[in-house]
Amino acid sequence: MFLSEEKILELEKKANDIRMSIIEMLVEAGSGHTAGPLGMADIFTLFYFHILKHDPKNPFWEERDRVVLSNGHICPVLYAAMAHAGYFPIEELKTLRKFGTRLQGHPHREYLPYIETSSGPLGCGLSQAVGMALADKMNKKDKDRFIYCFMSDGEHDEGNTWEAIMLAGKNKLRNLIAIVDRNNIQIEGFTEDVMPLEPLQSKWRAFNWHVIEVSGHDFGALNEVVEEAQTIYEKPTVIIAHTIPGKGVRGFERNYKWHGKAPNKEEGEMALDELKNRR
Amino acid sequence: MLNPNLKLNPKIFNSDVEQASMRKGFGEGLLKAGEINKNVVGLCADLTESTQMNFFADKFPKRFVQVGVAEQNLVTVASGMAAMGKIPFCSSYAIFSPGRNWEQIRTTITFDDRPVKIVGSHAGVSVGADGGTHQALEDIALMRVMPNIDVISPGDAIEAKKATLALVKTGKPAYLRLVREKTPVITTEKTPFGIGRAEIYWMPDVGLAQVGIIVTGGLLHRALIVAKELEKEGIKTKVMNLSSIKPIDVKAIVSLAKECKAIVTAEEHQIAGGMGSAVAEVLAQNFPVPMEFIGIRDLFGQSGTPDELIEHYGMGKNSIKEAVKKVLKRKI
Repeated sequence: MFLSEEKILELEKKANDIRMSIIEMLVEAGSGHTAGPLGMADIFTLFYFHILKHDPKNPFWEERDRVVLSNGHICPVLYAAMAHAGYFPIEELKTLRKFGTRLQGHPHREYLPYIETSSGPLGCGLSQAVGMALADKMNKKDKDRFIYCFMSDGEHDEGNTWEAIMLAGKNKLRNLIAIVDRNNIQIEGFTEDVMPLEPLQSKWRAFNWHVIEVSGHDFGALNEVVEEAQTIYEKPTVIIAHTIPGKGVRGFERNYKWHGKAPNKEEGEMALDELKNRR
Repeated sequence: MLNPNLKLNPKIFNSDVEQASMRKGFGEGLLKAGEINKNVVGLCADLTESTQMNFFADKFPKRFVQVGVAEQNLVTVASGMAAMGKIPFCSSYAIFSPGRNWEQIRTTITFDDRPVKIVGSHAGVSVGADGGTHQALEDIALMRVMPNIDVISPGDAIEAKKATLALVKTGKPAYLRLVREKTPVITTEKTPFGIGRAEIYWMPDVGLAQVGIIVTGGLLHRALIVAKELEKEGIKTKVMNLSSIKPIDVKAIVSLAKECKAIVTAEEHQIAGGMGSAVAEVLAQNFPVPMEFIGIRDLFGQSGTPDELIEHYGMGKNSIKEAVKKVLKRKI
């Protein structure tokens, strides 16, 4: 879908607001993941405010695109994008991880039925997205909507992920688009130290996927590669999006220590000041 | 005598009783389910013929997904299909599914209440010659411990077929446990089957039973023979077929315990966590009575013929008979 310069400016502002929400909710929760959600804020903003066929006022609309978040631990960015898009009040973000909340520490569909799947345990999401795309293919609905699977680079360590990649290639699932958050970090360090993934592009290609690499922070470029993915009819597509973990807050960027912890009040204020200045 | 109300196979005790495999019952049930409901789909991990999903796959090739030897993918893909309105049946050997993929079943199926039916064939030691690696003895425990899933272990091929058709309609996750070998045909098409229902297959001609035998799966026929033999020795028993392990028929189990005041359970599964444990949970809370358990006593299996293995691991007719006599002595 055409993306104008004005719209890009609007999306940049929205992504900044979503980053501020992420910081606020994590500080309030006192635990959770920081680097991944900040790194994926631009991509989630582009999808929820430009690409997705969805209706926040009618979340169970049958014709909607399906979004599967495989690496559930980055759910603050999903919740923030959904709240800003109008699925539920922005105020509710402050209930993250608290008793009785709809916004569970990892996405839990029983509590928040607007999401397609519960997630957190890694390596399952792509398989679920493959199942959705297979069902669409059987029903001849695979021209009508897309199944988007957001996944992490770290979860390529899981064998289940490769089982899904293999099956999708076999079945030429054209309405399946995977978006890999290639931020190069996982809990214990850099992916290439913990368990090297490169050459990641060649691996996916060898499994009969259409592979595109892109910066995860360039709205124009991202929009173009999603358009490209949507035009590939004979294969599923993976978009390997290079993101900066912790993006937007200099003190958090590219530091794997921020993978699995939340900012304290002081760190949160520092981060919010920096983000406010970008508005 | 056999419960006259259940229209059981009158030839149960004949030496030439017809034999049929539960997996064939499943295969026929799935084919029929596919004809009745277009949302039924089949997924298999390279064991289509072994699990008898081939009837369905041949008739509905476009509704069948071959995932290869990938049991984790098998159930997670099924979860995604269920999210789009399908009713997926996934079959493999029980040791692989639900053995290998337990957490995937939990996270993507039971946690999200997706109506995926996990069919584990080749359960128990009666797999025989393949040996201990392939004999699932822990699967009932693995599945019944999870919220939100039905666990069904049929007693013969006809019941396996009925269970398959019944599971299409439940709208929730289920585990269907099947054994590999042919087993005697005990029920008929007219025998009632219901998820959450237990039936008394054998009862004394007159008077109350002294011991209740609760059995699930492939040991059902042995338990019925034992009951008939014990009758000749003057011991009155009732035999309950507990094919629906979850939901469990609390009322029927408590009623049996109240009548007999002594229970023996029998299953081709570890005693820890299996059907007998489920019965013990019910009775301990409602009407505690002495119990004896027939099942695997904290061991792995090995190669052998099904009969050799069932005898060796203490699940044969003599073991069941001894358990009945033992529990009878323990009655207060």
